[in-house]
Amino acid sequence: MKRIKTISEGTLKKNRDNRGCGECQTSCQSACKTSCTVGNQKCENAK
Amino acid sequence: MESGAVHLPDDVSFAVLAAFPDKLPTADEAVAALGAEYGENAVREAAAEIKELADDDMLYTSAEVIPTPVYSSLMPVKAMCLHVAHDCNLRCGYCFASQGDYHGARGIMPPETGKKAIDFIAAASKGRKNIEIDFFGGEPTMAMRTVKETVAYARSIEKDSGKNFRFTITTNGLLLNDDNIDFINAEMSNVVLSLDGRRIVNDNMRKCVDGSGSYDIIVPKFKKLLEKRGSDKSYYLRGTFTRENLDFASDFEHIYGLGFDEISIEPVTATPDKPYALRDEDLPRIAEEYEKLTNIILKLRSEGKKVNFFHFMVDLDGGPCAVKRLKGCGAGNEYVAVAPDGSIYPCHQFVGMEEYRIGSLDEGIIRDDIRRVFAQSSIMSKPACKDCFAKYNCSGGCAAGNIFYGGGIDSPNTQACFMQKKRLECALVLKAAESGAHVEF
Repeated sequence: MKRIKTISEGTLKKNRDNRGCGECQTSCQSACKTSCTVGNQKCENAK
Repeated sequence: MESGAVHLPDDVSFAVLAAFPDKLPTADEAVAALGAEYGENAVREAAAEIKELADDDMLYTSAEVIPTPVYSSLMPVKAMCLHVAHDCNLRCGYCFASQGDYHGARGIMPPETGKKAIDFIAAASKGRKNIEIDFFGGEPTMAMRTVKETVAYARSIEKDSGKNFRFTITTNGLLLNDDNIDFINAEMSNVVLSLDGRRIVNDNMRKCVDGSGSYDIIVPKFKKLLEKRGSDKSYYLRGTFTRENLDFASDFEHIYGLGFDEISIEPVTATPDKPYALRDEDLPRIAEEYEKLTNIILKLRSEGKKVNFFHFMVDLDGGPCAVKRLKGCGAGNEYVAVAPDGSIYPCHQFVGMEEYRIGSLDEGIIRDDIRRVFAQSSIMSKPACKDCFAKYNCSGGCAAGNIFYGGGIDSPNTQACFMQKKRLECALVLKAAESGAHVEF
């Protein structure tokens, strides 16, 4: 494409079929610990 | 927003998208709106590219509805903040935990209570395999006997119970010695090391009991821990900024200069009456500082140097599933905090608050009504999140922060919101730079 550079195609659509296995790290978002950006959490099922 | 895709448009395509925020325009509609300003051919090109991305579900993506029970039911408890010490050997000026005692009696968790916590979570986690235990305080290294015996006990039941225990610890560093460093490096998958940055900034808040600064004691210990730590294990050098060091990018540079390349600097958690608490009027300055920090990281990386700022890390091509993004931290549901006396709370920020006590290690969880309040809170229950571009990356923020500072569990703390959105913007700029685009603030 000439006018739009795609940085990421995104994963939200394809991930919607995943109903949450609950095995991933708990993402404490409290600033008094280490506020976590949920979007950076790893999926335990990721290949 | 609903696809998670990220694009870098040129001026013309940006103008088309801005003119039609809710509906994909036809080429004729785009030309009618912007042809005079940008020229018909350019607008038609932009409209065609936008349509192609929309056809591929990467623009104008509709939200799909996930059934509420999928993300708002009670879940097995599989993560625990274990308060092994309600005591501290520092007297930090901004401590949210009342110098470690959480407004209660000072005390150390007996090793037997730690083992009981392991038995509790091994059972409460049901079919979940991965169990997280975070040793917290106060200062958890004041209770190293409990930490060590708890870890040893968990390891002894790990295989038979089919669990995988992951331990983490947050320490101010004062009691780190060779023995503690070796234990932490062997057993803790992540260690959070607290240092605010420049000596004058750190010592302004992080004081020893006698009022002297802690910088000169802890920095050599943190360096030693890092030298001995394997590259397969995580660590964070974690600072706090207050309105007394809004120039915290300088603290980032200082910490990096000490040899640490995994860095986190957090906004202080404080009630508005405190002189060091962040105020709404500070937010533009904080945004500028995040931009400055982004440019510093861009420069370091352009020189081939490795450095990470925890809040600017986002995994655009992976990351968690949609359910996780809807639910967020899991406090009070999958995640609980346990006080030295065995009382259980929704998370560490509620420890000592009787109205939030949900049970104990002896009696189990007795207040599922409180847990349900946390379980039912998600992006979907927070009206302010509905149209926010950051929602799938922040999940509506910290439950405790919303309750204490936002007005309710479903009312995001506006200061935290502002900073989260700015940090995500910075993270996206770094991602764009990684893709080869020339970007900076």
